[in-house]
Amino acid sequence: MTVALRTEGIAKAFGGVQALSDATIEVEQASITGLIGPNGSGKTTLFNIITGYERPDAGAVYLHDRPITALSPQRVFAAGIGRTFQLTRIFPRLTVMENMLVAQQHGHRRRVSPLSRAGSQSDRQRAMAQLEFAGIAGQAGELAGTLSYGQRKLLELAYVLVADPGIVLLDEPAGGINPSLVGLIADRIRALNAAGVTFLIVEHNMEFVMSLCQHVTVLDYGTVVATGPPEVVRADPRVLDAYLGTGEDDQAEADEAEADEQSGQR
Amino acid sequence: MTTGTQKAQVAGPAGVPSAGGGRLASPAARLTGLGLVAVVALIFPLVFTNATISNIAVQTVIFIAVASAWNIFSGYSGYLSLGHAVFFGTGAYAVGIIARDANVTGDTVFALLPLAGLIAALVAVPLGLVALRVRRHTFVVITIAFFFIAQLTASNLAITGGSSGLLAPVPNWTAATFNNPFYYAGLLIAAATVALSAVIRRSRFGLQLRAIRDDEDRAVGLGVRAMPVKLTALVISAFVCGLAGGLWFYFIGQAFPQFVFDPLFDLAIALMAFFGGLGTVAGPVLGALVLEPTQLYLTLKLTNDYLSEILLGAVFLVVILFLPRGVLPTAAELAGRQRARWQRRGDRL
Repeated sequence: MTVALRTEGIAKAFGGVQALSDATIEVEQASITGLIGPNGSGKTTLFNIITGYERPDAGAVYLHDRPITALSPQRVFAAGIGRTFQLTRIFPRLTVMENMLVAQQHGHRRRVSPLSRAGSQSDRQRAMAQLEFAGIAGQAGELAGTLSYGQRKLLELAYVLVADPGIVLLDEPAGGINPSLVGLIADRIRALNAAGVTFLIVEHNMEFVMSLCQHVTVLDYGTVVATGPPEVVRADPRVLDAYLGTGEDDQAEADEAEADEQSGQR
Repeated sequence: MTTGTQKAQVAGPAGVPSAGGGRLASPAARLTGLGLVAVVALIFPLVFTNATISNIAVQTVIFIAVASAWNIFSGYSGYLSLGHAVFFGTGAYAVGIIARDANVTGDTVFALLPLAGLIAALVAVPLGLVALRVRRHTFVVITIAFFFIAQLTASNLAITGGSSGLLAPVPNWTAATFNNPFYYAGLLIAAATVALSAVIRRSRFGLQLRAIRDDEDRAVGLGVRAMPVKLTALVISAFVCGLAGGLWFYFIGQAFPQFVFDPLFDLAIALMAFFGGLGTVAGPVLGALVLEPTQLYLTLKLTNDYLSEILLGAVFLVVILFLPRGVLPTAAELAGRQRARWQRRGDRL
């Protein structure tokens, strides 16, 4: 039981809003860990800090005991942490295949001339295998902008996976897509996890989280209020309190992304 | 899995109709077309010996090069520059100053052009390091600011001749074929730039540029080193503009700050790329082929100089309103739809 990813005492404020304070989480190697909490509790901010999109005011992030705090996003990615975004982000004017190839630019391929054709035969084959796995291989030649929302989610997952990250951070993989696709995505995650990939998942769909995750961490107002196996966390009074509220739930959203998503979700 | 892999290979070169939003022509047809264009371009000055026409032809090939170069940076990366006149003007002044101070004349002036390109590329490095830290509108505004700084600098320095400008050495070529050396030099630069644009577009480097255009933060999160990629594209673009600016200066014979650093130049090359199709290889070529001769012809024919500029503005409006993606992508889409219709009809019969 080794820890793959760890944050220690992360603090982050946006103006007067303390999005995170002393956020300490651990993600076990080869686990599926859920990160839950009410809107504005700092989940996406924590993701952004882990992946280098934002710098913490205090605290540190460790990948297998190696500090990766405030590395640039491309270095975090090169270190083996891939992520998806809450509001799915693909390259709409590239084809689906080209989307896949963007993620395969780093590492040993640096020796290849930058003017050589994008995507070697083996890159394309690996990309195609991932697209098969995601079930969108038939659209490889289409512009990614023509995909449906659910297909975009699958594409984003596929191109993050094609680079073989050891740890994958998923920001609401089940948000805004139909139930059958949610089941498909859960199956994909389980299969990859069985192959050794570590997952940290932010998700509002409780059924999804409780059925998938071996371990759940709950954030509220930027701090960890509970952590443990799903059935324990589910019964924790502090978690019920955070979710059902004590009447002070109209707290301003800590970060804009979560505010956006709130309107999309309800 | 095997079927999928095969499908992927077919989807690449053979071009499934839907690939990349539709193709205008098959590879064989493209190759034939390319050959025809090359032949026409090569014999053009031998057929049309009229000085007015060859004058327009020289400026057109120069603008094909410049519009393609602008597209390599702005079209592929999505960072719209309205300051490329800085590089064009730098190239012009570089040739002017070196030719004056080192007494270079005749054919040898052409040998200065690569140097002019290099100097423009060097200028692009600090400008890029500053401007490329910001995006979208802010980036556009900063490039405009650089443009005015360059213009003001040129009008106030002694080395550039200030507001009285610089004169180019006058070549002693025979009058009948006077424009031909300029034309072929311009054609060479244009052809090389278009070829480079095509290579870049399908390369790893080009893919990274286009990923940055679509979503820079996401690209960075997938390992794309955005700053070096953007800067390289800007430097390549500036190099070509410097070359072309040097040639243009030698052809026109003089350089004044307000003509070498001309705001209309920036608008014109952007319009050429938008007109033909931003981010495509052939788009800026088509744009330059249509717009540059039209504008020069109108300036010649109409006594009122401003009328051609007003018409240029009108074309800009029409393109933005009705063909926001440009002529070529729209035509490709229509062709694809038409092909699909024929196919459906064929299936029914």
